[in-house]
Amino acid sequence: MGDETTKPTKAPYLLIAPSWAALGILFLLPLLVMFIISFGMRGTYGGLKPIDDLWAYILSGDFLANYKRSLEPLYWPIYWRSFWMATVTTVLCLLISYPIAYYIAIVAPARWKNLLLALVVIPFWTSFLIRTYAWMLILRTEGLINTVLMEGGLIDKPLDLLYNEFAVMIGLVYGELPFMILPLYASLEKLDLTLLEASSDLGAKHVSTFWRVTLPLTMPGVVAGVVLVFIPSIGQFVVSDLLGGAKSMLVGNLIQNQFAVARHRPFGSAIAFELTAVVLLLLFAYAWWAKKRGQEAML
Amino acid sequence: MSVSVDIAGVTKRFGDFVAVDRVSLQIRKGEFFSLLGPSGCGKTTLLRMIGGFEFPTEGVIRIGDRDVTWLPPYKRPVNMVFQSSALFPHLTVIENVAFGLRYKGLNNGAAKQKARDALALVRLEGFEDRPPAQLSGGQRQRVALARALAMEPEVLLLDEPLAALDQKLRKEVQLELKNLQKSLGLTFVFVTHDQEEALTMSDRIAVMNQGRVEQLDASHHVFEYPKTEFVAQFMGAPNFFTGVVKSLAEGLLYIGGRTEADIRARTTSDTWRPNDPVRFVVRPEKLDLRTKSGTSDGEVSIEVTIEDRVYQGVNTVWVVRGDDGERYMIYEQNDRPFQESSRFRVGGRAFMSWNPRDTVVLEKKS
Amino acid sequence: MLTPEPATRAASAPESVETTPAFVGPRAPAPRGAAPFPWERRLLGIHSALVYLFLYAPIAILIVFSFNAARQTARWEGFTVQWYARLMENTLILKALKNSLIVAGVTTVVATIIGTLAALALARYSFRGKGATQATLFLPIIIPEIVFGAALVTFFGAIQLRLSIWTVILSHIAFSISYVAIVVRARLAGFDRSLEEAAMDLGAGPVQTFFRVTLPVILPGVIAGALLVFTISIDDYVVSSFVAGVGATTLPLQIYSMIKVGVTPEVNAVSSLLLLATVVMIVVSQRLQQEPGKGESRR
Ligand SMILES: Nc1ncnc2c1ncn2[C@@H]1O[C@H](COP(=O)(O)OP(=O)(O)OP(=O)(O)O)[C@@H](O)[C@H]1O
Ligand SMILES: [Mg+2]
Repeated sequence: MGDETTKPTKAPYLLIAPSWAALGILFLLPLLVMFIISFGMRGTYGGLKPIDDLWAYILSGDFLANYKRSLEPLYWPIYWRSFWMATVTTVLCLLISYPIAYYIAIVAPARWKNLLLALVVIPFWTSFLIRTYAWMLILRTEGLINTVLMEGGLIDKPLDLLYNEFAVMIGLVYGELPFMILPLYASLEKLDLTLLEASSDLGAKHVSTFWRVTLPLTMPGVVAGVVLVFIPSIGQFVVSDLLGGAKSMLVGNLIQNQFAVARHRPFGSAIAFELTAVVLLLLFAYAWWAKKRGQEAML
Repeated sequence: MSVSVDIAGVTKRFGDFVAVDRVSLQIRKGEFFSLLGPSGCGKTTLLRMIGGFEFPTEGVIRIGDRDVTWLPPYKRPVNMVFQSSALFPHLTVIENVAFGLRYKGLNNGAAKQKARDALALVRLEGFEDRPPAQLSGGQRQRVALARALAMEPEVLLLDEPLAALDQKLRKEVQLELKNLQKSLGLTFVFVTHDQEEALTMSDRIAVMNQGRVEQLDASHHVFEYPKTEFVAQFMGAPNFFTGVVKSLAEGLLYIGGRTEADIRARTTSDTWRPNDPVRFVVRPEKLDLRTKSGTSDGEVSIEVTIEDRVYQGVNTVWVVRGDDGERYMIYEQNDRPFQESSRFRVGGRAFMSWNPRDTVVLEKKS
Repeated sequence: MLTPEPATRAASAPESVETTPAFVGPRAPAPRGAAPFPWERRLLGIHSALVYLFLYAPIAILIVFSFNAARQTARWEGFTVQWYARLMENTLILKALKNSLIVAGVTTVVATIIGTLAALALARYSFRGKGATQATLFLPIIIPEIVFGAALVTFFGAIQLRLSIWTVILSHIAFSISYVAIVVRARLAGFDRSLEEAAMDLGAGPVQTFFRVTLPVILPGVIAGALLVFTISIDDYVVSSFVAGVGATTLPLQIYSMIKVGVTPEVNAVSSLLLLATVVMIVVSQRLQQEPGKGESRR
């Protein structure tokens, strides 16, 4: 290893050049273009309106119009909903995931572990769209639940289970759950079980062992899971589009709308950047937290 | 004897850190040569420079008559047995052994045959088609050895190839390796931090410390006549005496200051001058504990205080302290059944004596 | 993502799975203090069973419904494979499948090569811009997909590149490189460098060493990365929905538009098939990602 690090060589640049080109042209450049466009004005056909006098445009402050508009009270409910739904999703995922992660990592018989873990990993990679769609089958008016309840004579009019915030919530928790279980599992697996014994030995009850030893030691997994669930939840639009109604619109839907329906790309770009800023802020906070704890980040 | 590997003034720096410090030595054709030293002393780095995996910061390395200092590994007539064995996991045993033969221009059939011969040499017939993952640690190392031997190298380099083996297997393989080396007449350069292992196998040993070669001698010589405190310590002789040179005559040094009569000790150096301070050692198994000062036969005797007695199975170790404050170890062979009581008592006084010919004078400090 | 060895939302999990002993060997049974009482263990077990039910019931229901003869309701009206048979006649779906296979195929080949080269550079060398490269590699995965899609469509618009199947492929390559780089790099981290030294010692030059030793040894990682990328590409809806041109409808896009029109048994059937294909690829890829030798039995 010493040699590569001390001898200057062209090899790494040849190896990395294609990635630089691809990411530069297809990732960084598009972000930059979108950033610039977020300061522009919409033209007639949803295109960009040409700006004659750039200097005057900047001085007039019009270039901030999209950002100003994005902060209008009209949109507040959408932001607020995105925030609280992401928060509740995260909390629910955490509460549901910790016990199962604990079970797989510590309690389950060794020979089952591979299988139990694989069963968590599989949904992780399967189509989010299809998994969301499956809930439509269950929740819709002619869906499984309503059919069963009606056949059983428990209700005589189908319940409105789909196209509301409740359905979106279920979809979000369902979709994000594996992203919480896996980091929790990873940190519980690393936990030195003799510490738990030591705690018991020193007189702690199991509950206080959990609060005083287990939880603090698995905090990296908890925080990683929170970040991993919160970020995609707040940028979500498929779940709310399929399972939610007009009243459960999220930021993601707002952005998507500007591109697909309203054809107002500059405005859509502005909101997309605000969302990105929030996400990056979260990541920075996470990196800072991990560094402060002197631990390697799990992300 | 002709020189196989010539290392001339080699230094290797990693940044500011000097891993190998101005080493010059010559390895002879057909000898079993060991690099011995504690962890981090630069043995591996030196070996890797011979193999071509690192390049010296300064100095020249020759193999045969050829300057190979800057040749890549695949152009050198040497082969290496790695500590981790480094068997290719995606190839079978025989494919591993035949791996390099294609670069020697052998066709597939000839390569396989040669590989089989090499495997026979390390007594691994019948394992040809196994993947390395299905071998034991000892078998893996033997495949690695066969793989290197099949290349018919001028010099075989071995970096602690036995470190991962358990004690018993290790002893076995040591002897096997030594016999193989003798019968093939190959030059082996062997790296180890285990002095017993080095003594068992080597013709000559270079003891390294902090990147430098402290002593290079025939293996029994290194053991019996350490030249520096470090080598003495490393070879298990931590009994240091200080005296003053009285005179030097015909290879005999007269040392005073410790006993009434001067101690006579052999020396090869003629740089000693009267009144020079001199350090010498006596190996613990060459020391005796006596109740009386036995000055017969010119034996040297020093009165000491007994501090501890440790039973170690083969030996009993007496830890004593001289009146100068130095601590000494004395091995008493347990040739009789062990008994709790002894003529010597911890805390009591006794005499430590040795035959003057066992006095080993350390090199003069410059 | 700002730390040297970050993983990411999608990539972190398989990695952490890989490094945990659960996939490679059992751990000693839980000691006292971990969950000492049988009722505690049982409670955790029941909770876990319920979570698995929650994760898999919707998928199971989807698959069962794909064999249900009923067209509109959730009532069971007999077993049938007619919906699968109908897929074969649905030219829209077949066209979409073809598009998806082309996109995923090209993406996989290109991204695997570029990503593997990047992984080699990152694992083996230190070079200028390494830290920035690592951080940038993680961004496409961590940034909300919707932002990624929006940025790309804005960019393609700005450079007046007509949306087509090629814009889809370019976009997929952009986010896939990161996944390959991460998976292959994880594999390279466990690579014993002395293998390469041994090859050179035995006379193989640098190029021969790469093709005879390095590549075969990391090949499982490369294939695993390729399979993951293939799955992600073939499942992708969000980014594709932004950048797909006319006639470039991929399978998820097709499914989505069918869902929006209404739940139909054909959607169930095609979704089930897509799920099955994904699961097969995940299982294979997980197998391949396990440490070499550890999975094999010792005789
Ligand atoms: N590539 C490198 N970069 C920086 N320092 C190195 C490198 N290789 C070795 N060193 C340092 O050089 C010194 C000598 O290392 P070397 O591997 O030669 O020791 P060694 O005598 O073989 O020890 P051991 O018995 O532990 O294997 C060590 O302090 C080591 O940390
Ligand atoms: Mg070493």
